[in-house]
Amino acid sequence: MAKFIKSLERRRTDAADVSSSIWMAASGEQKKKSKGGGEESSDSTEEGGQKMAKKGEELKEDMDSLMEEIDSVLEENAEEFVKNYVQRGGQ
Amino acid sequence: MAIPTVMGTEIEFGIIVKNDPDFDPISSCVLLVNAYREDPEGRILWDYDQENPLADARGFQVDGEKYTPNQQENIARNKTLINGARYYVDHAHPEYSSPEVTNARDLVAHEKAGERILEVSRREANMLLPEGALMLLHKNNSDRKGNSYGCHENYLMDRRTSFKRIVENLLPFFVTRQIYCGAGKVGSENRSHPCDFQISQRADFFETEVALDTMVKRPIINTRDEPHADREKYRRLHMIVGDSNMSEYTIYLRNGVTALILSMIEDGAIDRDLALSNPVRSIKEVSHDSNLKKEILLDNGKRMTAVQIQSEFLEMALTYAARNPLDPCTQDVLEKWQHVMTCLREDPMDLAREIDWVAKKQLLEGFIERKGADWEDSRVQMLDLQYHDTRPDKGLYYMLERQGRVERICSDEEINAAAHNPPDDTRAFFRGECLRRYPGEVFGVNWDSISFAQGEDPVRRIMMSEPLKGSRVHVEDLLNRSESATELLENLES
Repeated sequence: MAKFIKSLERRRTDAADVSSSIWMAASGEQKKKSKGGGEESSDSTEEGGQKMAKKGEELKEDMDSLMEEIDSVLEENAEEFVKNYVQRGGQ
Repeated sequence: MAIPTVMGTEIEFGIIVKNDPDFDPISSCVLLVNAYREDPEGRILWDYDQENPLADARGFQVDGEKYTPNQQENIARNKTLINGARYYVDHAHPEYSSPEVTNARDLVAHEKAGERILEVSRREANMLLPEGALMLLHKNNSDRKGNSYGCHENYLMDRRTSFKRIVENLLPFFVTRQIYCGAGKVGSENRSHPCDFQISQRADFFETEVALDTMVKRPIINTRDEPHADREKYRRLHMIVGDSNMSEYTIYLRNGVTALILSMIEDGAIDRDLALSNPVRSIKEVSHDSNLKKEILLDNGKRMTAVQIQSEFLEMALTYAARNPLDPCTQDVLEKWQHVMTCLREDPMDLAREIDWVAKKQLLEGFIERKGADWEDSRVQMLDLQYHDTRPDKGLYYMLERQGRVERICSDEEINAAAHNPPDDTRAFFRGECLRRYPGEVFGVNWDSISFAQGEDPVRRIMMSEPLKGSRVHVEDLLNRSESATELLENLES
């Protein structure tokens, strides 16, 4: 343990700064998506059916774009990673 | 009349170093915690003299040895931060204990600030690792191989409220609260019934109703009686039953609703008989039923779903709120709880923006459907883990957040402010400001004390047994008048 502390003594960086980190860059892209609440009322069932179909279409597109994003971040070698992920029990 | 809310959370993170055959979790934790350097000297001790983790709330002392590290080890394992938090090595995990706060919104800001502080230290620590090695952190509660680590919630309570009543009122609440607090998990462990997906990370690990243990035979209600405050007046309820949440909305409800229920218990406002026949079995039954249809058996022979039991608590809370006006934050918690309960009754999957387990389940089901995978697929298990990854560019929760797919409670500015500033309205303000203003003179810290050392003089400890004293209103003027800790002590005496 003393060895660790020594190795740390050699190096000082501004570790405490969380505000200039990529958190802010990440949040800059945030876009608000509203829920589809309040759109349920419909004059006719046909119109309602069309709306439902449109909503279904939107949901599908939304899920497609989410899956594309997942593909780009999913850890490679998932099988090995999951196998090796062992923690000691804590509290 | 219920006492004002004071609460905080202690979160243990999962830690792993990829591509390091010699990975040792304890050394890695020490490296991580020391990579976050607010105090250039880094010589402040955690004051173990003030601790007594073996006192039991049922009125006795349990045999055992209290852990007290030597000075070097103490400094290496403990950091007290300017925002009033404690960041340290607990067993084989890095742990972040938030400062004491008075409301759920501040709790969210400080718990999320903890994630960012750990992520900043992780990046710093990685620069010290051999080339190719990569340290990763996960804000989760299980490795899915039977090892669990905690998310502990702490709530200050009036000591006059009988512990027996607290236990009776809380058991049905805690068994069912997971339907809007769970972080979600693929599969089961610890010899639980097999399942594809369950609501809670922790439910499989509870083996008894009430006990002092936190690491073996885990209890739904933990009896550690260590108030970190005036023990004549207060108890600290130390709750180990919850999951580590990523969603701000879920954290807000987890702590906000629980604090409201505890106020109601203090005021005797839980007046319906919801005692469960077998809480330990039921907590798993509820967790394993993500359709929320399973009825669990009550002591009185009736059967109710978790949604019905939580609806009973909600109705009691609405009655309570009609008679006892709530502060604006708690009122907002109550309204959000109502919204969530309405969705849980109709279609839980409508809550993907609000509740962790639903967000995760939707993500995983979408993946399974599109890739033709199943729940056993290691990619699905990987996604489960990666939901909790602290890296903003890799963590799946952060990905959802970046895409505007989750409800926020706090802004990024509020969270960043919480990483560098203590809350205004508890003793954490005094603790944090002393560390900011007099770092070279602070000798040791605990939740209810801070001690100073000047030259060869004896160490002087200031007790802070009232969690709401030491706030900005109380001490800012005093601190402004004191250029040094010596002056502070003089001014305190005069």
